[in-house]
Amino acid sequence: MARVARAGAGAVTAKSCSLEPRAGHPNPTVLAWEHGLINAVGLANPGVEVEIEELRRTRALLRPLGAALIASIFADTVENFHRVASRILEAAPDLIEVNISCPNVHAEFGTPFSADPAAAADVTAAVQAAVEGRAPVLVKLSPNVADLASIARAVAAAGADGISAINTLTGMVIDVDARRPILANRTGGLSGPAIRPLAIRCVYEIYRAVDLPIVGMGGVRSGRDAVEMIMAGATAVGVGSAVYEEGPEAFGRIRTEMAALMAELGYERLADMRGVAHR
Amino acid sequence: MKTSLPVVARVVEVIDESAQVRTLVLDRSLDAEPGQFLMAWLPGLDEKPFSLARPAPVTMTIARVGPFSQAIHALRPGDRLWIRGPLGRPFELPESDEDALLLIGGGYGVAPLHFLAERARAAGWPVDMIIGARTAADLVFARRFEALGARVTLTTDDGSAGLRGVATDAASRLLDEGRYVGLYACGPEPMLDAVERLAQARRLPAQLSYERYMRCGFGVCGSCAKEGWLVCKDGPVKLVPAPAP
Repeated sequence: MARVARAGAGAVTAKSCSLEPRAGHPNPTVLAWEHGLINAVGLANPGVEVEIEELRRTRALLRPLGAALIASIFADTVENFHRVASRILEAAPDLIEVNISCPNVHAEFGTPFSADPAAAADVTAAVQAAVEGRAPVLVKLSPNVADLASIARAVAAAGADGISAINTLTGMVIDVDARRPILANRTGGLSGPAIRPLAIRCVYEIYRAVDLPIVGMGGVRSGRDAVEMIMAGATAVGVGSAVYEEGPEAFGRIRTEMAALMAELGYERLADMRGVAHR
Repeated sequence: MKTSLPVVARVVEVIDESAQVRTLVLDRSLDAEPGQFLMAWLPGLDEKPFSLARPAPVTMTIARVGPFSQAIHALRPGDRLWIRGPLGRPFELPESDEDALLLIGGGYGVAPLHFLAERARAAGWPVDMIIGARTAADLVFARRFEALGARVTLTTDDGSAGLRGVATDAASRLLDEGRYVGLYACGPEPMLDAVERLAQARRLPAQLSYERYMRCGFGVCGSCAKEGWLVCKDGPVKLVPAPAP
């Protein structure tokens, strides 16, 4: 994580963690196809106890670089969201992202919270009750819903400090020789260039629905893509899958490209171009 | 985007190396370097990383250690398995070919070193190979290295073949006598740690090939992280320079 910060990232989001360790799904779990990645890692993580130590070490490395640390949490019940949020504060993250939308663990987690406005609001309120203002809380939304704006409004009303969007889109890749899905979980989350126009549309809809900062993400791999996100309404832009193609250097390159494009377009501050696509 | 998807291959030949170790030759070839690995998938079972003993045709030497390698051992000529790769950072051959390469393999860790020895011999380097194993029955590949023109030293923990002791003991002796450009090792992690210490003490560079449980194999999932280092992408070969003079 320190590597991406050294490469130019302003903040780093850790992998999502739960109260107890999770082994995740069997392989294959991550593949690269023509237009992006597909993954069904299954929220593998060492559990909050170990994660706190790892986040503390990471925070010590990020601090001198001026990069913020975003912890990410998930759970199977509203009560456990409250518990894992209380624990993760021990690592003193700069922000906490609440992952209510991972599409990989259908029956067990995910779907009820991210697809249902009331459940999404309950989780948001439970996390805020644990955090009590000690760190801003971002709620990460799933694009696998019919009415994203209603979910955004529900988490905003429940006290979210910001929204991250989007999480991956559920997909499947079949090997024709094997005549079956390649991922052991059968379905997985799509990320990368393939989902960017969809992510832009989601950020645009959320910006219109709520008055909260948005961390826009989904297929961003150039300064132009990042500017598109800001124009759709994002306050910050997240980059993930681009690291596959380029390594951590992607962050520095995207920043440089953004600055050049802003100058070309006549913008001095991000705020001046935020949401301009809505006018 | 550069894809990383499995492609189907058929087993052409199966060679028993020892009771626990078997080599599979496939009907596909890869443009790969020594030290690189591939992910092998058996649908419905699992996908795991294996190093290449040879890239053309794809040849993998696999020890039976669990249910997945057991299933791979059960494959017969004509059976299918799927491969994804090559992946990872390979071994690097040194600039000067004045002195010999010292290769140290523990158990089935000799397989990727065989690929390296083949390339090194073809490019004119003298190669000294140490093969270490628990017992004589676990020693594999000795004749193959000899066939490449490498000078082979065998060690076993119980003295049932070659020198009694561990591979690094033999390495230490060879380093007392000869001149080497560097140490190249693949095997269990305690052996790699010992080779690294030995190389540092003798002021030589070392290249060490590590094994880890992996998921993506291309540096995004973080499953194989080792002390801030990704075994799949920054490795599996770790380059340890000689200590500064």
